[in-house]
Amino acid sequence: MDLEDQANVNRLAETSGTDGMVVLLGQPDANSAGLFAETVTRGDPTWAGPLAGVPLGLPVYHVLEPEIKEQMDGELYDEHVGLMELSADVDEIIKWVAVYRD
Amino acid sequence: MSSTPAILNASYALAHAPDLVRYGSKPVREIGRDPSLLARINGSLRPWDEVVAYPPNQVFIGNLAPEDLASIPRPWYENRIGSAGPAGAFGRMVTQPALYGLMKLCDDFDLLTIDGELAEHAGADLVDFDHRRDRITGVDPAELRTVAEESDGLDLFHDGRLAGFIRTAHDQDESLAASVLLENLASKATAVLAVSDLLRRSRLEAGDIDYLLNCGEEAVGDRYQRGGGSLSKAVGEVVGCLNATGSDIKAFCSAPVHALVAAGAMVAAGVHKYVVVLGGGSQAKLGMKFGAHLRNGVPVMEDCLASMAFLVGPSGADGDGMELRLDLAGKHPIGAGSSPKAVYESLVVEPLVRAGLSMTDIDKYAVEMHNPEITEPGGSGDVPRVNYRTLAAMAVLRREIGRGDMDGFVAERGMPGFAPTQGHIPAGVPYLGHALESMRRGSLDRAMIVAKGSLFLGRMTQLVDGVSFIVERPAAARRQR
Amino acid sequence: MDLNGRRVVAIGEREGVTGPSLKLLAESAGADVVFSVTQCFV
Repeated sequence: MDLEDQANVNRLAETSGTDGMVVLLGQPDANSAGLFAETVTRGDPTWAGPLAGVPLGLPVYHVLEPEIKEQMDGELYDEHVGLMELSADVDEIIKWVAVYRD
Repeated sequence: MSSTPAILNASYALAHAPDLVRYGSKPVREIGRDPSLLARINGSLRPWDEVVAYPPNQVFIGNLAPEDLASIPRPWYENRIGSAGPAGAFGRMVTQPALYGLMKLCDDFDLLTIDGELAEHAGADLVDFDHRRDRITGVDPAELRTVAEESDGLDLFHDGRLAGFIRTAHDQDESLAASVLLENLASKATAVLAVSDLLRRSRLEAGDIDYLLNCGEEAVGDRYQRGGGSLSKAVGEVVGCLNATGSDIKAFCSAPVHALVAAGAMVAAGVHKYVVVLGGGSQAKLGMKFGAHLRNGVPVMEDCLASMAFLVGPSGADGDGMELRLDLAGKHPIGAGSSPKAVYESLVVEPLVRAGLSMTDIDKYAVEMHNPEITEPGGSGDVPRVNYRTLAAMAVLRREIGRGDMDGFVAERGMPGFAPTQGHIPAGVPYLGHALESMRRGSLDRAMIVAKGSLFLGRMTQLVDGVSFIVERPAAARRQR
Repeated sequence: MDLNGRRVVAIGEREGVTGPSLKLLAESAGADVVFSVTQCFV
């Protein structure tokens, strides 16, 4: 994850706490979704950014997960995610995000 | 007077720059934090012969077709082409000394000092280069050391030794710092190589060129107009385009496609007959993903500056070209929204619908052509594949193909990524050389070039950008009209 | 995970679903988006 964005997430967690906070991802492939999920749970695996060694343990979900999809406006979802639902390897993405969440 | 505009010729270059990787934006910051990284980076760089034989590089310069790359097993850095050379059908690779030599002959302000040995090596490696070779001069090592010690600037290296120095041009102007000037001079020098080769490949003389459009991403200018300057005439001056003026088009990675559409429009309107669209290499992006490459034990592969140039003029004016269908240019308007569906509908579908064509009437799509071997270790995935899958999904939504046909659509109308991660360079246009060759052979009728730009990176808007155009084999274009 | 009333950090990607898109979607589920960004890897 971009280093400035790691710093932003870290600052948010430090200043207002992680209670009630959820990370929502929109990456189109499993590797990259997994990397982001790992960064906001266990810490930056690349050891390059402000979240290196900082296990925020935030709940993290991908926008493709059914339990997330069902809470969102259907028309908006089709417009913004419909194409990726068709083109991406949905199961693989969900699997890798879950690896770090659970 | 109006003419059907065409892309008449294309030219690409890769300049090996292992000793400039340390000055890439990412490496310079990380080495500043942890100086031990420099040795690790240098230890993971590839020698010249491996860079030449690297299959994606051979595709970039036209010695291998993108389709051939698909059949070479990964990792490509291990499955090199034994017989490969640095000269290609529409591009070439040059050594690091040649790059320093090009920078030296492009330097109009005595910014760059190199030593005599490097100058000699550069002269030898540029023996077939036609312009200003007498300017590649060096100083003795003692004098270079004195310059380096007494001036503000950056030490430049070759073969493990201090071999050059680029000085800061103004001590109170960040826009003229040595690091910025290095980026700009590297971009100018590599663009000069591509334009020079383009003209050599053409039947035209340099003096025939009317207008130059640079689409590189470097910020030329001093502190009062940072990034507002232009490189076009600076490049044209070196290669002898004495009758040309020029300007730069800035639009992040989508600038080359904007520039080609603008060039085509200039030709069609009769404002200018011959326009060269050019883009030099991005020094800031060297070694951008080095951290991921080191962690994964793969070579640091962002080791070359890439550049390109295209000749746009009236169809048929310089041999067989490919016609630019300006009537089918696509754009992503501000009001379209930034969902992938909105982006692809406006960029790809809308122009096709206008022409009464379907998505399967396009033989090849060229999207973001980033080499996946460079991006995957950092978790950025296979960018071209994601783009092609999205195009295929769009065709499914439009009921042009079935869900089961998506893989076939990607295999038939896509290609593996082969371009270095040099920002504007990979944005669809690396395919133009291949498209031109295929159309000349008669094996390709119609291709669509699609580029996207991350406007949001500049923190001025959340918008993305996108533009596209269609090129056609002249005979195919006539049939369709 | 009920998004309603949650503070959401949205990390999108240019080639997938962007930050602004994730923000719209999360808000449609009743979430409060406290940070959204689009990553570009290239």
